[in-house]
Parts: sequence; structure tokens; C-alpha cells
Amino acid sequence: MSTALVTDLTIFVLALLVGIEVIGKVPATLHTPLMSATNSIHGIVLAGALLIGVTAHNPVGYVLAFIAAVFAAANVVGGYVVTGRMLKMFRKKAAPPPASRGQVSQEGLESLNGHKGLRGLAGKVGIGRAQS
Amino acid sequence: MTGFTTNVQLIYVLAAACFVIGLHLMNSPATARRGNQVSIAGMVIAGVATLILLIHDGTVTATGWIVLIAGALIGSAVGLYAGQTIQMTAIPQLVSMFNSVGGGAAALVAIYGYYQVEHTGGVLGSTTVFTVLDVIIGSVTFSGSIIAAGKLQGVIGGQPIIFKGSRLLNLVLAVVAIGTAAYMLTTASLPALLIVVLASLGFGVMMVLPIGGADMPVVISMLNAFTGTAVAMAGFVIGNWALIVAGALVGASGGILTKLMADAMNRSLVNIIVGGFGTGDTAVAIGGQVDAPVRSIAADDAAIQLAYASKVIIVPGYGLAAAQAQHGVAELGKILEDRGIEVSYAIHPVAGRMPGHMNVLLAEANVPYPQLVEMDDINPEFARTDVALVIGANDVTNPAARRPGNEISGMPILDVDQAKSIIVIKRSMGHGYAGLENELYFNPKTSMYFADAKKAMSELSSAVKTLVA
Repeated sequence: MSTALVTDLTIFVLALLVGIEVIGKVPATLHTPLMSATNSIHGIVLAGALLIGVTAHNPVGYVLAFIAAVFAAANVVGGYVVTGRMLKMFRKKAAPPPASRGQVSQEGLESLNGHKGLRGLAGKVGIGRAQS
Repeated sequence: MTGFTTNVQLIYVLAAACFVIGLHLMNSPATARRGNQVSIAGMVIAGVATLILLIHDGTVTATGWIVLIAGALIGSAVGLYAGQTIQMTAIPQLVSMFNSVGGGAAALVAIYGYYQVEHTGGVLGSTTVFTVLDVIIGSVTFSGSIIAAGKLQGVIGGQPIIFKGSRLLNLVLAVVAIGTAAYMLTTASLPALLIVVLASLGFGVMMVLPIGGADMPVVISMLNAFTGTAVAMAGFVIGNWALIVAGALVGASGGILTKLMADAMNRSLVNIIVGGFGTGDTAVAIGGQVDAPVRSIAADDAAIQLAYASKVIIVPGYGLAAAQAQHGVAELGKILEDRGIEVSYAIHPVAGRMPGHMNVLLAEANVPYPQLVEMDDINPEFARTDVALVIGANDVTNPAARRPGNEISGMPILDVDQAKSIIVIKRSMGHGYAGLENELYFNPKTSMYFADAKKAMSELSSAVKTLVA
């Protein structure tokens, strides 16, 4: 086994562990955008597809490179576009006026995962709205 | 590795770091958008690094450039169009298609690598084991994900498709793929490569066909993990760290989600893949309460219950998505909230057709995400809830799951039956996916409101409005 291969394997195992650690913290609310985001991340295979071009000097190589490039590019671009679209929809309060949207997302950042605290908040918001 | 390519590897490491940070920022809805942007930045960095490599190498022919650029542009256009126009209810299909093309591209990288070795008469290196793994996993993902997308889209029947000898065929395909792959490790042979590709493609199709529509959250997650693994394998083949790291991250993510989904159904992965669930012949009466009469209710009565409640929990299921009723539900929820009623949504992990699907649908309908509450957090709340409104959810509310001896025994459920009163919106008394009667419907506290979810929502909303005005 070559040194390069050992390095590659080390990187793979560590990345796997980092992935488990990081993704285990993602709340269920965001699981669909998470999967969509990881979807676009595996579009990195586009780099592999493009690198086929380095040695592709015959029709077989060109065809394989072309198909791989189409697949991978669709994967990357589509994945990021749809993830962005989804994440834009997640709001803390129902349809805040456009000007204050930025501030809304700033307040109470630390409690975003704590549904218990927020349920009370949501209730208060609801009552406040009822009076208007 | 020359000094130059080593330096480019460092740029790839930067890209990989961006992916990790991007995923880390997804641990809260408030930072998730920034996470996506960081991830995009990583991808751009990786793209630039690849271009630098291609240009520096100087061996890409003119035709090669045209092929690569044309391919990338066409793919980007398709991805952009699909990403911008897709309906939120159809996200699972799209994710599945992205899994498919990602796995396909990874397989092609390995196929080309192997072809190149054979073609130039080179020696099979120590990475050949990764090459064959990439070909197998990538091909299985490619065809399996297409079938999954077809099932989700309704092009292929959502029911499990099992024919005589299908499991044997599955086994044969697996043996052929793995056996031939083992042969490829020692001898460079293009026919062997072709056999592995075809057997793997066939196995992917046969693996997903017998799996029913409601098991799709598990299948999609698993195929997502497969794609990641295939991409990591492609990284080994071409010795690229960015692919290895990105692939490992996706593999970890898909693996975690697969486990979460399978746990939420109380079923093992093997049990799901082997299938046979919801084939129609498993319907069983569980005796006892199921002979009790069912109480049906009209919109006006349901509206009275809702309008004078102080706490309402809405329990959405796939029926809601199928009827495109998410906007209607959100509107009703808002009317109730405006009356000062505490409204929250109870989200079972497998509600919808992919992990977290229901959250996206409700977010699209402008429901603030703090109101979307996970199963473990909402279950203690049902006891002090006046009305639980169940829309298009069935098995995940069936109290029979608490007893041993039936299809859904042990499955974690939403404790809807603890609420003071329950309204179930359903088109008919049809069975859920597991083919079981839902005991909840025969509970004396339950009223059945027979209607299409979308229609029911607009009727309820206007009834509540009339009542309040």
C-alpha cells in the first residue's frame, strides 16, 4: 500500500467522523435542505469529470467526459439552487415586513433549536397579532 | 505528485473546509442560508482549482475543451431550470434525480479510469479496488435513484413491485457484479467492466422496485449515502482530496438520516429493502375497539371546536402534501392564531416522502419554523391540547403501535389520542400504508371529517371566519 493511499484513507476516515459529528447536530426541521445541500456537495464529482479531459484523446473518452460533465454540472447547480430556494422559506415569524427580516433572524439566535422556549414565544406572537 | 499539483491539492482542502463549515452552519435555520453560501464558495474554489489543473497540464485537446465546456453548460442549464421550477411537493423526486446523476458521474469517472488503464496497456494499481467499488456503487445508485424518482413522481406504481423469482434475480445480479468485479482486480478486462456495470444497474432497479412509497424517506437517504460513497471512491481513483472529503461528508449525512428514518418506522434496513410491506394482503383486523362506531362531523361543528379551543396541535401527514393542502392548513392555522389560540404543528420524522419534507412544505406555506415541533418535544403537549387536528396522517397516529403483535408495533407515534378532542380529516376510511385499521378513528373523542384535505381546509377556514365574525 502506497503512502498516498494511506493518506487518502486517513482523510476519508477523518472526514467521515467530522461528517457524523457535524450532521448529527442538524435539527429535523432542516433535514430536507440538509439532504439537498449534501446533494450539491457531492456534485464536486464535477472536478473528477473535468479531469477526464486531461487524458481523453479518443471518442470513448470524449463521450464519457461529456456525459459525466452534464450529470455532475446538473447536480451541482440544481442542488445549490433548490437548497437556496428552500432555505429562503424558513422564517421565524410569519411574513415579516421585508425591511425587518434581517433583524428578525438576529434575535434569539441561541434559542432557535430550543422548541420549548420558542413555543411560548410563538404563543405570545399569536396573541399579539390577534389584537392588531 | 509534483510541486504544482500538491499546491492545487491545498486549494482543494480549502474547498473541503468550506463544505464542512457550510454543513456546520446548517445546524440552525437562522444560519443555514449562510451555510449554503459558504458551501457554494467552496464549490467555486474547487472549480477554479480544477480549471487551473486542466490548463497547467496542457494536454486537453481542443475537442476535449469543447466537450467539457459544452457538457458543463448543458448540465448547468438543466440543473438551473429544474432547481428553479420544481414544486416543493416534488423535492424528493428532484433530490433522487440528483443522487442519480451524481452517482452516475462518479461511476463514469471510475469507468473511464479503468478503460484508460486497459486501453493504454497500463498496470492495474492499488486503487483498482476503489475503481470497482465506485463502478458498482455508482451504477446501483444511478439506476436505483431513477426508479425511486419514478415511484415518487407516480410514473412507476408506488406499491411494492414483487414478481416470482425477483429476489433470486436480485441475488444473482449481486453475485455476478461482485464476482466479476473481483476478477477485474487482477485482470484488466473491458468485457468484465461492462458486465459489472450492467449487473449493477440491474441490481439498482431490482433493489428499489419492491420498496413501497411510504418507505421512500429511508430509500432516498440510503441512496444519498451511496452517492456520497461513490464520490469518495472516485476521489480515491483520481487521488483528489476534495472528492474524498465531500464524499465522506455526504456518506455520513445519508447514513445518519437513513438510521433516523428506519428508527422512526421501527424497521430495520434489511426489512425495508427486502420489502413485502403494504402489499395489500397484510390487512388485519386487530379486534376490540375497531367494531365501535365512527363519529362523523361537518365543517361547522369542527370549526366550533377549533375556534373555542385555547391550544390546537395540527398533525400533518403525506396526505396533506398529496392534496397540495399546505397553504390551506397554514391559512387555517393563522386564523386560529389571530384569535389568540396557541397553534403548533406536530411533525413525525417520517411525515412526507423524505426526511424533513413536511417542514419544507409548511415553511413554503409561510408557517414560522418555531411552530413546527418534533415528535419527542410535542408528545407531552397533547395531554393539555384541546383539539388535535389530524390531516392526511394515519399510521403515525395509530395507538396500536404501543401494543405488540401487529405490523407497526414499537413504531414511535404521535400521542394524538391524549388530546381532549381529535378531528381527523380523511377522504375515506381507507387503511394506512401498513394495511392496519387505525384505532384512533374509533376513539370516542375522535370525530371524522370526510373530505379532501384541500377542500376541508378552505371549508374549515371559512366556517371559522363566519363563526368569529
